[in-house]
Amino acid sequence: MASSIPASAPADAALPAPALRLAVRRRRRFPPLVVAGVGFVVVLLLVAAAAPLLAPHDPVRQSLRGRLAPPTWNGADGRAHLLGTDHLGRDVLSRVIYGSRVSLVVGFAAVIIGGVLGSAAGLVAGFSRGRLDAIIMTIADAQLAFPFVLLAIGIIAVLGPSFPTLVVVIGLSGWVSYARILRSQVLVVRSREFVESIHALGGSMARIILRHVLPNVLSSIVVIATLELARSIVLEATLSFLGLGIQPPTPSWGGMVQEGREYLDSAWWISTFPGLVLMITSIAVSRTGDWLRDVLDPTLRGE
Amino acid sequence: MRGFLPFFGRRLLRALIALWLVSTVVFVVMRLSGDPVPLLLPPDAPHSEILRVRRELGLDKPIPVQYVVFLSNLAHGDFGRSIHFRQPAFDVVRGYLPATIELGLTAFVLAVVVAVPIGLFSAMRRNTIVDHAAMGFALVGQAAPTFFIGILLILLLSLKADLFPTSGRGDWRNLVLPALTLGAFTMASTARLTRSAVLEVFRADYIRTARAKGVAEAWVVAKHTLKNAAIPIVTITGLQFGTLLGGSVVTETVFSWPGIGRLAVQSIYNRDYAVVQCTVFLAALMFVIINFCVDLIYGFLDPRIRTG
Repeated sequence: MASSIPASAPADAALPAPALRLAVRRRRRFPPLVVAGVGFVVVLLLVAAAAPLLAPHDPVRQSLRGRLAPPTWNGADGRAHLLGTDHLGRDVLSRVIYGSRVSLVVGFAAVIIGGVLGSAAGLVAGFSRGRLDAIIMTIADAQLAFPFVLLAIGIIAVLGPSFPTLVVVIGLSGWVSYARILRSQVLVVRSREFVESIHALGGSMARIILRHVLPNVLSSIVVIATLELARSIVLEATLSFLGLGIQPPTPSWGGMVQEGREYLDSAWWISTFPGLVLMITSIAVSRTGDWLRDVLDPTLRGE
Repeated sequence: MRGFLPFFGRRLLRALIALWLVSTVVFVVMRLSGDPVPLLLPPDAPHSEILRVRRELGLDKPIPVQYVVFLSNLAHGDFGRSIHFRQPAFDVVRGYLPATIELGLTAFVLAVVVAVPIGLFSAMRRNTIVDHAAMGFALVGQAAPTFFIGILLILLLSLKADLFPTSGRGDWRNLVLPALTLGAFTMASTARLTRSAVLEVFRADYIRTARAKGVAEAWVVAKHTLKNAAIPIVTITGLQFGTLLGGSVVTETVFSWPGIGRLAVQSIYNRDYAVVQCTVFLAALMFVIINFCVDLIYGFLDPRIRTG
C-alpha cells in the first residue's frame, strides 16, 4: 500500500537495458524525505547518547519559583528554558532530550526481543513442520486477530509497570511478522535438492540456516525491524501516557504529554513539544522503513 | 455456494481458537499476579478469614481445576464481582458499552465518509499538489500517536478556537473531537488504500477501452472504477473497525469519554481485576465477531478467497 506508483513506470519496459539500469539507479538514489528521516534518526541517536552533555538542566530537578515558565531565554533562575518549564519547574528541553533515551532503549530492546523470538519461532515452525508448525502458526494467527494493545494493558496492569515488563510485552507484540517470513523461507530452502545433499554429506542444521536461510531473509528482517521500531516507540509512549509505562520522575515522551495535559490551557508547551518530537520520530522511522521496503524487498508491500 | 461451508468452518475455528488463547493468557496473567485475597480483605483480617475467602473463590483447588472452572464461568458470562462497584463485573461493563459503540461507529463512519472521496480525488489528480498534500497528510495521520492527535485537537480546536468541548459525553459537539481522534488512523489508511485501489483499476484494459470509446470521465469513474475498487476498500476498512476498539482505550482516556476503554484503565488503577478481565474478554469477543463477519462478507463478495 506504499504511496505513489512512479510516473515513469510503464515507460521503463520500453527502454534499452543501460537506460533502464540508470533509471533504476536514479530512483534508488535517496529521496529528500528519506534523507531527512534517516538524518533525524541519526541525530536522535547522538542526542540520546550525549544527553548529559547536551541537556542544559538536570531533567528531574524541580524549582518551585520557576514553575510553568513559557519558552524563554531568561527564566526566573536567570537561565534559558528554550522549551519552557513544567508544573514542577523542570526544564522541558532537558526532559525531552533525556526522554529520547527511554524511547530508543525500549524501542530497540523490544525490536530485538521480538526479532529473536519471532525468528526462532519461524525457524522451528519451518523445520519441524507437522504439529509444532501448526501450533506456532495458529498462535500467530490468533495474535493477529486481536488488538494486542488491549492485552498488553491487561498484562501490565496485573504485573505492575516496570522496565522489563514493558520491554517484554512490547517485544512480544511484534514477533509474528518475523516468524512468518522465516518460516516461508525455510520451507522454500528445505525443498531444494542441495539441502538434502548437505544433509547427506553431514552438514549441520546450523550451517543450512546460516548459509542458506538467513542471507535470503536478511533484507526482509531489516525492513520489518525498522517498521517495528516505529511501532514499538509509539506503543511505549502510549503505555507511558496511560501511566502503564515508564514511571515518573524518569522523563519519557508519553509520560510528559500526560503530565502536561492538565496545563494544556495555560502551559501548552509541556505536552506539545515532547508530543511533536515523538510524532516526528515515528514518521521519520516509518518512512525510512517504507523506503527500505521499496528498495530492498518490494514483495513485502502487500503486508 | 460450493466451498463455502469449509471456508466458514475454518474461519469459525480460527475465531474460537483466538478467543480461547486470549482467555488463557488472561488466566495465566491473573495467576501470575499472586493472591488476590489480601486485596479483598482488611489488612488485619485473621488467617482463618483469609482461608475462608480463598475457599469461597476456589483458590484452594489445583491450578488445572481452577482453569476449567474459569473457562466454564466465562462461557456462562460470569466474570466475577467488581470490588470497586460491588456488583457483577459484567453488569458494570455492560453499562459502559453503549458509549464505546457510539464513539466507535461515529469514528468509523466519519473516517470512511471523509477518506474515500479524498482517496478517489487524489487518484484522479495524481501527482498534483492536491494529491501530494492529501497523501502527506495521510502519512502523518498513519504515523502519529493517537493520544497526541487528541491532545493537539483539544489544544487547537477546543482551547484556542473554542469550537468544541474538551471532554465528556453529551450532544453531537462532544462527539466530534473524539471521533476524529479515534478515526484518524482509519481515515489515513483508507484514503491511501482508496487511492491505490482506484489507480489499480485505472490501469485495467476495460478502463482504457471505456475512455477510448469516448465515455465521459465522470461516468468512467462512477460506473467502471468505483465498483471494482470497492472490494479491497470494503474488506480492509471492515477489518479496521476492529482495530478501532484498541484505539478507544487511548481516545476515551484523553477525552474522559465514559466507555469501556476508560473503564478498563480506571479499573487498573483501582486494582479491580474482574472488570479489567471482563473488558479485555468482551473486547476480544467483539473483535473476533467483527473479523469473522468481515471474512464472511469477503467470502461472498470474492469467491476466489474461499479456497485461499
